[in-house]
Amino acid sequence: MPDPRFKILTSASTSGPGDAGRTGSWRVERPVIDMSSCIPAKTGKHACHLCWLLCPDNVVSKDLEPAIDLEYCKGCGICAQECPVKAIEMVPDADFIEGAERE
Amino acid sequence: MQILSKEQNVSKAIIESGNVAAAMAVQLARAEVIAAYPITPQTPVTEKLSELITAGKMDAEYVAVESEHSAMAVCIGAASAGVRAFTATSSNGLLYMSEQLHWAAGARLPIVMCVVNRGIGAPWSVWNDHQDAISQRDAGWIQVFAKDHQEIIDMTLKAFRLAEQVHIPVMVNYDGYYLSHTYMPFEPPDAARVDAFLPAYKYKHALSPERPESLNTVTLPDARLDAHGIKRGGYMDIRHNLHEEMGMAIEVWEEIDRDFQEAFGRGGAPVLDPYHCDDADVVIVAMGSMANQFRVVVDRLRQDDGIRAGVLALQMYRPFPGAMLAGALQSAKHVMVYEKGLSYGSQGALYGDIKSALYPYPTRPQLHNFIVGLGGREIPTESLYQTTKTACGQDRRLPPAQSDAPQWIGLQL
Repeated sequence: MPDPRFKILTSASTSGPGDAGRTGSWRVERPVIDMSSCIPAKTGKHACHLCWLLCPDNVVSKDLEPAIDLEYCKGCGICAQECPVKAIEMVPDADFIEGAERE
Repeated sequence: MQILSKEQNVSKAIIESGNVAAAMAVQLARAEVIAAYPITPQTPVTEKLSELITAGKMDAEYVAVESEHSAMAVCIGAASAGVRAFTATSSNGLLYMSEQLHWAAGARLPIVMCVVNRGIGAPWSVWNDHQDAISQRDAGWIQVFAKDHQEIIDMTLKAFRLAEQVHIPVMVNYDGYYLSHTYMPFEPPDAARVDAFLPAYKYKHALSPERPESLNTVTLPDARLDAHGIKRGGYMDIRHNLHEEMGMAIEVWEEIDRDFQEAFGRGGAPVLDPYHCDDADVVIVAMGSMANQFRVVVDRLRQDDGIRAGVLALQMYRPFPGAMLAGALQSAKHVMVYEKGLSYGSQGALYGDIKSALYPYPTRPQLHNFIVGLGGREIPTESLYQTTKTACGQDRRLPPAQSDAPQWIGLQL
C-alpha cells in the first residue's frame, strides 16, 4: 500500500487533448477542410465523420462542419489521406504566418 | 544475528540453501507473477519457484522468458497491472536487463528482485563478487545486502513491503555460492503473520479497461497541465521526486523492520549492523557475507592484539545512508572499507561513497580501501586479520595518493 508521505510522481495520463503538451507546435502542415465537398457539411447530416474517427490526437470535432483544434493537431495528415471525397488538403503552416490569405 | 531466541520453538528452524530461503520468501509473499531466466548461481531460485507453482503450492503465473531483459519487461507489465511481481538474476543477466531496470525505477514500480551476486564477464566467472550490483547502483533501485540465510528470507519479505510502500523497486543482494548454495539453519516466518505484515498490493495507476491511462509516454522537459487541468511534472520533476523519496525510504525501511521485529522477533539493524563498534578505534565496513566473516577477525584483534576493532555491516547500499554512516564512524581512528566491487580507474565504489559521506563532518578518520575476492578469489580469514592489523599500524602521514589508493588483497601475480 503506498505510503501517504510519498508523492510517487509518475508520468500517467488519461486520453484527452493536451496530455502530451501543446503538440500543435510540432506541425509543419495543417489540414484545411473544403466544406463544399465535406459529406456532413454538404448533406447537413451526421454521416462519414471518418476524420473525427481516425484522428490519432482526437482534435477533429464531430460537428456538421468539422473543426480542427490547431492547439494540438500535429499535422500528421491521416484525415486528408482518409477523407473519401478528398475534402481535406494539407497546407504548409508557413502559409498562415504574417496575415496569410487562406484562413 | 541471533537465529533462534530462547522462547522460540527450535523445531521451526529448517536447514536449507540460501536460494531456497529466497524462494520461500517469495512464496510467503504470495507473489503472483514470476518471470525469470536461469543463470548461475541464481538458477535454483527459479527452479524452486517453478516447482512450487507446478505443485499447486503457490498461486502464481510462471512466465518462462527468453532473456533477462524480457524477464524485467514482464515484471514491469505485471506490476503496472497491479500484480505483485518477482524476478531473480545474477551477473551478466542483471546487466542484460539494465535498460529495463532504469525503466522500472522511473515508472516507480514496486518490483522485488533477488540478485545472487557474481562476477561479471569478460572473462567468464560464475563465482562471487559484487560488481554486478555495484554496476547498477545508479539505476534508481533500492539495494540491500543480506549476510546469512535468515536475512535472505526476512529481507526479501521486508523488501516487498518497502517496494510497495515507497513505490521504488528493491534489489535484494546475496553472495553467490557463499550464501546461495550453502546450507544453514533459518526459521521461515509464519505464513499467517506474513499475510498481516504484508497486505495485498494495490496500485493507483493499475492498468484497467475501465479507466484507460497511458503510462510513461514521452514526457516533455517542462511541467504541463493535463487534460483535466491538473499540473503534472515534467521529466526532471519526476526524477527529482524519485531521488528525494529514495532518501526517505531509509526511514520507512527502519519502520518496516520494527514492525517485522514485533511480528517475528528478528531484526533491529536494518541499515547498519554493528558488531563491537561502540568503543572501536578501528571500524571495518563491509557488505554481505564478508561482514559476518569479519566478526571472527574482530574477536581475534581484540583478544590477541588488544586492538579495539569492530565491524559495521552495511545492509542498505542505495539509498546510501551517508549521514548515519558518518555518525557511526565519527569516533573511529581507522575506517577500513573491504569490498568486492569497484569503479574501474577510480577506487572501491563503497569506499568512495563513505569518503564522500565523511567530508562534511568535522572528524575524518583515516580511511583504507581493500579490494578482495573478485571472481571468487578466496578470502582467507587469516589474510583479513593480517591486512587489518597491518593497516592499524599504518602512518597517517603517508602521501595522500598512496593512502587513498585501493589495496588489492590476495593477488597471485
